[in-house]
Amino acid sequence: MSTSHAIEAHGLVKRYGTNVALGGIDVVVPTGTVTAVLGPNGAGKTTAVRILTTLVVADEGTASVAGYDVRTSPNEVRQRIGLAAQDATVDPLLTGRENLVMVGELHQLARRDARQRAAELLEQFGLDDAADRVTSGYSGGMRRRLDLAVTLVARPALLFLDEPTTGLDPRARNELWAVLDTLVEGGTTLLLTTQYLEEADRLADDILVVDHGDVIARGDARSLKRQVGSDNVHAVISDADRLDEATAIVAGVTGAEPVVDRPVRAVTAPSADGVANLGAVANALAGAGIAVEDLGLRQPTLDEVFLTLTGAAPASSDGDLPEASGRPGGPPTDLTPPFDTVDGRDPHADRTHQEVAR
Amino acid sequence: MTATTIAPDVIARTQAHAEPLPSRGLLHDVWVIARRGLIHMKRQPEALSDATIQPIMFVLLFAYVFGGAIAVPGGGGEEGGPVGADRYREFLMGGIMAQTIIFTAFGVAMGVATDRKNQTVDRFRSLPIARGAVLGGYAVANLIKALLPIMIMSVTGLLVGWQIRSSIGEALLGYLLMVAFAFAMIWIGVLIGSVVKTPEGVQGIAFAGLFPITFIASTFVPVTSMPGPLRTVAEWNPVTTLSDALRELFGNPNTPLQPGDPWSIQHPVAYTWLWIVGILLVAAPLAVRAYQRSISK
Repeated sequence: MSTSHAIEAHGLVKRYGTNVALGGIDVVVPTGTVTAVLGPNGAGKTTAVRILTTLVVADEGTASVAGYDVRTSPNEVRQRIGLAAQDATVDPLLTGRENLVMVGELHQLARRDARQRAAELLEQFGLDDAADRVTSGYSGGMRRRLDLAVTLVARPALLFLDEPTTGLDPRARNELWAVLDTLVEGGTTLLLTTQYLEEADRLADDILVVDHGDVIARGDARSLKRQVGSDNVHAVISDADRLDEATAIVAGVTGAEPVVDRPVRAVTAPSADGVANLGAVANALAGAGIAVEDLGLRQPTLDEVFLTLTGAAPASSDGDLPEASGRPGGPPTDLTPPFDTVDGRDPHADRTHQEVAR
Repeated sequence: MTATTIAPDVIARTQAHAEPLPSRGLLHDVWVIARRGLIHMKRQPEALSDATIQPIMFVLLFAYVFGGAIAVPGGGGEEGGPVGADRYREFLMGGIMAQTIIFTAFGVAMGVATDRKNQTVDRFRSLPIARGAVLGGYAVANLIKALLPIMIMSVTGLLVGWQIRSSIGEALLGYLLMVAFAFAMIWIGVLIGSVVKTPEGVQGIAFAGLFPITFIASTFVPVTSMPGPLRTVAEWNPVTTLSDALRELFGNPNTPLQPGDPWSIQHPVAYTWLWIVGILLVAAPLAVRAYQRSISK
């Protein structure tokens, strides 16, 4: 075990009955870095976090966290980590302060020290006013903040955050990101799971893309995006009758076959040349007198990442999935738009089928 | 709530990483978790209703609505003892106390199932606490919780004319028996709370299981009035013997012994203690196992 790795796990396998939640993944996180585990619901993200935080025991594989084996020395690991589970697990019938003091005492702080630490964290997380109210009355953002504060009670050097921003409004999310930045600057090692490429990109040094319990890609955001492909030029026009004309223009400029989403009058095409293509499309549409409602460069979505990496839509995702044409590794131009009437199939039907098959 | 609620710079200053502290021991951790259970009790009085309001209602219902129609055999047998409706009210109290003790399992089961559902258990398990502290905390909190209905029952009983007619020593043994049986029922509660899928499932088990057990017994009526097979079940039902044991220890009216009564009826105190030991030896380990299995998924 090298001390330069906060987390070192190899070949983690976890099965629930016949369902393989993890198919033998490796997770190596150097001390002081941020790793994001990116994947759809059901990909195995939470199972991986639960194994690394000693909540479940893996069927196969080894994992050492903060220098201790999760299987043989769980309490040594627990002393050194903070965990924020997917649903903020603050006690709804306790006040914010009581939650913090209780966790402090369970981290073996003396009562007085636990109280002092609680007061400190309540102030830092802007929860002074709500400190002595029961948390069932907190907003989602407040509960998340308290949950994060609770994980910091013992000042751990290693934090696990399972989908920390799911369900937060943009402002609360930005606040949380700012806190995480600060912690990372202070040397905290972070492993977080997320369904959003944007979040992984924003926070992480390293990204593991998981699907069906396996790591299907890993690397920093830049190399991952290189694999996934470029940004897309995305245009929404005002007049549905001129959609075909607009499509031709976008195709002409980008040299790729655009994806057309008729109900929302949107044309999307991969743009190798980013901003230059965007300008050219703008000029060409203006030249043809086509009114534009929205025009911009769009990052590939998680769905598109998965389409590119696996040739299939993620196992289960909350977003609207374009139906894949099925060629593994095919470029995004192979997409069939979600509601285009190619054969009238509901794009969701395919997903259901996959879930059943799993 | 204003936008700039978090102070990242302050967090950075105070977030220097700390070394782990040595364990303060099992009892410390148990008490921290038990205190949480007691706060829950304070904040959620409605969840206590099956241990507070419900038994009072049963006392009033049986003492004044049904009681007049129920005769306890052997009336007037005891020197200076109550007669008529007063006699039934004294008979009733042992039963209601027994029923209340049995229902201890509900609250425990609800608590365990709820903690499993909202992942509080995960929070505890991610902390460096002593092995067994979470269940120990449930047990201590619920034992303290169980004292409340015992006191409420005693006061309600006194108000409807119940009296302790035995010695102080016997009365104390009666209260000890109640507390011990409540402790045993806590583990039945942990078992139920660990096997149900949702907290709502606890209600189903309660109605299908615990409710009949408390009625096919001498809780409200003498078992002598029941038809053959049912009477046999009731005679060996620990709720019967808990009720009878309390009547005996408090010196209250009870169904007079008849030749041919089974051992359980002849020695209700000893038989009830055997059940307490039996539950603790059998149900408690099962409960711990079921609980461990339910949380390590």
